[in-house]
Amino acid sequence: MNAHATTAHHHGPAPGLLRWVTTTNHKDIGTLYLWFSLLMFFIGGSMALVVRAELFQPGLQIVDPHFFNQMTTMHALVMIFGVVMPAFVGLANWMVPIMIGAPDMALPRMNNWSFWILPFAFTMLIGTLFMEGGGPSAGWTLYPPLSLQGGNSLPFVIFAIHMMGASSIMGAINIIATIMNLRAPGMTYMRMPLFVWTWFITAYLLIAVMPVLAGAVTMLLTDKFFATSFFSAAGGGDPVMFQHIFWFFGHPEVYILILPAFGLVSEVIPTFSRKPLFGYDSMVYATASIAFLSFIVWAHHMFTVGMPLAGELFFMFTTMLIAVPTGVKVFNWVSTMWRGAMTFETPMLFALGFVVMFTIGGFSGLMLAMTPIDFQYHDTYFVVAHFHYVLVPGALFGIISGVYYWLPKWTGRHYNETLGKWHFWLSTFFVNLLFFPMHFVGLAGMPRRIPDYAVQFADFNAIATIGAFGFGFAQILLPVIVVMSILGRKKAPARVWEGAHGLEWTLSSPPPYHSFSPQPVVRSRII
Amino acid sequence: MARTAKNAYHVPHAATWPMTGSVGLTMLFAGFAWHLNGAALGSELMAAGMVVIIVMIVGWFGAVVAESEGGVYKRWEDKSFRLGMAWFIFSEVMFFAAFFGALFYARSLSVPWLLGEGSGASTHEFLWSDYTELWPTNGPGDLGESDFHMGWWPLPFINTVILLTSGLTVTWAHHAIKQNHRQQFIAGLSLTVGLGFLFVFLQGVEYAEAYHAGLKLSSGVYGSTFFMLTGFHGLHVTLGAIMLSVMLARALRGHFTKKRHFAFEAAAWYWHFVDVVWLGLFLFVYIL
Repeated sequence: MNAHATTAHHHGPAPGLLRWVTTTNHKDIGTLYLWFSLLMFFIGGSMALVVRAELFQPGLQIVDPHFFNQMTTMHALVMIFGVVMPAFVGLANWMVPIMIGAPDMALPRMNNWSFWILPFAFTMLIGTLFMEGGGPSAGWTLYPPLSLQGGNSLPFVIFAIHMMGASSIMGAINIIATIMNLRAPGMTYMRMPLFVWTWFITAYLLIAVMPVLAGAVTMLLTDKFFATSFFSAAGGGDPVMFQHIFWFFGHPEVYILILPAFGLVSEVIPTFSRKPLFGYDSMVYATASIAFLSFIVWAHHMFTVGMPLAGELFFMFTTMLIAVPTGVKVFNWVSTMWRGAMTFETPMLFALGFVVMFTIGGFSGLMLAMTPIDFQYHDTYFVVAHFHYVLVPGALFGIISGVYYWLPKWTGRHYNETLGKWHFWLSTFFVNLLFFPMHFVGLAGMPRRIPDYAVQFADFNAIATIGAFGFGFAQILLPVIVVMSILGRKKAPARVWEGAHGLEWTLSSPPPYHSFSPQPVVRSRII
Repeated sequence: MARTAKNAYHVPHAATWPMTGSVGLTMLFAGFAWHLNGAALGSELMAAGMVVIIVMIVGWFGAVVAESEGGVYKRWEDKSFRLGMAWFIFSEVMFFAAFFGALFYARSLSVPWLLGEGSGASTHEFLWSDYTELWPTNGPGDLGESDFHMGWWPLPFINTVILLTSGLTVTWAHHAIKQNHRQQFIAGLSLTVGLGFLFVFLQGVEYAEAYHAGLKLSSGVYGSTFFMLTGFHGLHVTLGAIMLSVMLARALRGHFTKKRHFAFEAAAWYWHFVDVVWLGLFLFVYIL
């Protein structure tokens, strides 16, 4: 017997704070990611509240326009790279090895580094707010020439993005290596839980596009500081070229922000419908199709910027094609619930909210996909309404659903179901109050990213701001419920939910520090 | 193939190098950013960060090499390393794809549009109606006032031969170690390292020539794409040559066996990757 391996597997966590700095354990690192994401959620959320407070009434009320622009820019960067992506990676870290019966992540030291780059990158990013000239203010898309005309923040923002990219690429490589190499005997690809599948595909998207973003922002850096002409027409380049390269990253990035949520919802709905997932195979193929299509739709973000007609048509049709696999998914979720013995615990409520409200965002996306219609909607609040519907009651509700679903597994204690339901209903009420009126003001022509607006938009904006503060303060329930669960008394059994299937429910709650040694043998998809 | 406690997957503990790396990376980038903003001590912080990163790389890889030679890694761990390296190289390919994309976009869209084709007609007519240069170009603004074109003959061609030959020598080294011919292995590896650094040297000579003729990063989109593509490639060749040098040093110390030599293979994969990128460069930057 290999003595080294044996001792390694009966090794508990290191004592003290150093445990969290030097850990190579996938559960510890998953926990770090999730807490980090929660912290960033409140920071990014506060920035959104600054924006909404300013927009409560027409005219300039609270902040000056330059700071307003910094808030919209930083809100996006923090929410995308600091909240949704780390939350997904955290959930993957915690659950993917357990769900496939692996001993840990495939490359545990690199796993530590993937996380520990993030706090440094975000310190650098958020620190720019306190610099001369303030933080970035040209929007998270960093379009030149505007993004090159700011203060001292640009190189810090670019390098922070490089660091986040390195973290994401390492995380993605780790997830791919784990899934390809560490599955338990009998855990064939087509037996993997949907959350594992969606993350597997997401990881490929990450490796394919994060380097492209790195290239794009590197070109920004050299254009600003080393006199290159990538995005300058005087030198033969083109500012629109940046938009093409950026959105070649940006559109797959959008699916990076949603595919793992699809996976989470596909775990939760079967459990509380007490039925196996309807159309497992088609779910896998639909996810793969969406991922493939994400590479050939990018210019739908740029319909109004100037493009040959053939380009406008191509990107319109490919974009509308995405509705097909996405429709397959929504159909499958609904069919899973059909005639199921459904109950409505908090994870299920958030999953149902996801299905309904993500679909609203999907439909407004379909409207935006049509080039001539987009000519009117582009850069209005309709776009803001669209992507917030897919990202807040979409991606974020998916994450929260997953957190409630596995929280008793992680802490070994039940959470407070009543408070959880309050969290859901308050969130759902206020998120619609916040984002639904944006459709109307957007269709009526209110432009985004501007701190003032014409008086006819005043009522809907006031409603949206009330929704924003309501939604924001409702989220305080989340850390309260999590901490109450950690400190709670009500012990959770191994199989927390009676209808739940999967390897994670065969382990105790909380699972041992090192799960699955030896590996379990899997004989069917339903465990 | 049931995995029991007997052949458990190796999960290392108490990693301190990642945090060192994060600190180094932050020092490097913050220092660079301060330097670019013209602040004092930026370049010093940057240099210190680089030192920390080098210490981290040496320490981290040193630990992994010691574990490898200590027999900690079996076939199961080996496969993780293979997957990790393969997908890392794929991410590098995508990084170069961004710059190739910029080159193709400039050549086939933005420059023709500035010349009046397609939807760019009015830009040409009203802003730069006397602009006629197709490629290479320093743009309608005549930036840097040089439109020197880097031909494919003689240096780039010689460099192509050198890099392709080094691809052969590294493959020869690989076959040698698989048959346990250590002398040939070391000879092949030494030749590869030598050819690699020769390539970097000649690339430097070529840069000096270009600078002499006035071609710079600031010479419009041709200069930008030329130097950024060949520059990042040269950086990757240098990294690959350093990797292979480490493998040579390890080989001289008696590391690697005919069955277990993945570190060398990873460096060889990387070498083939820079080789293939060069072929793309030679075709699209120099010849066409």
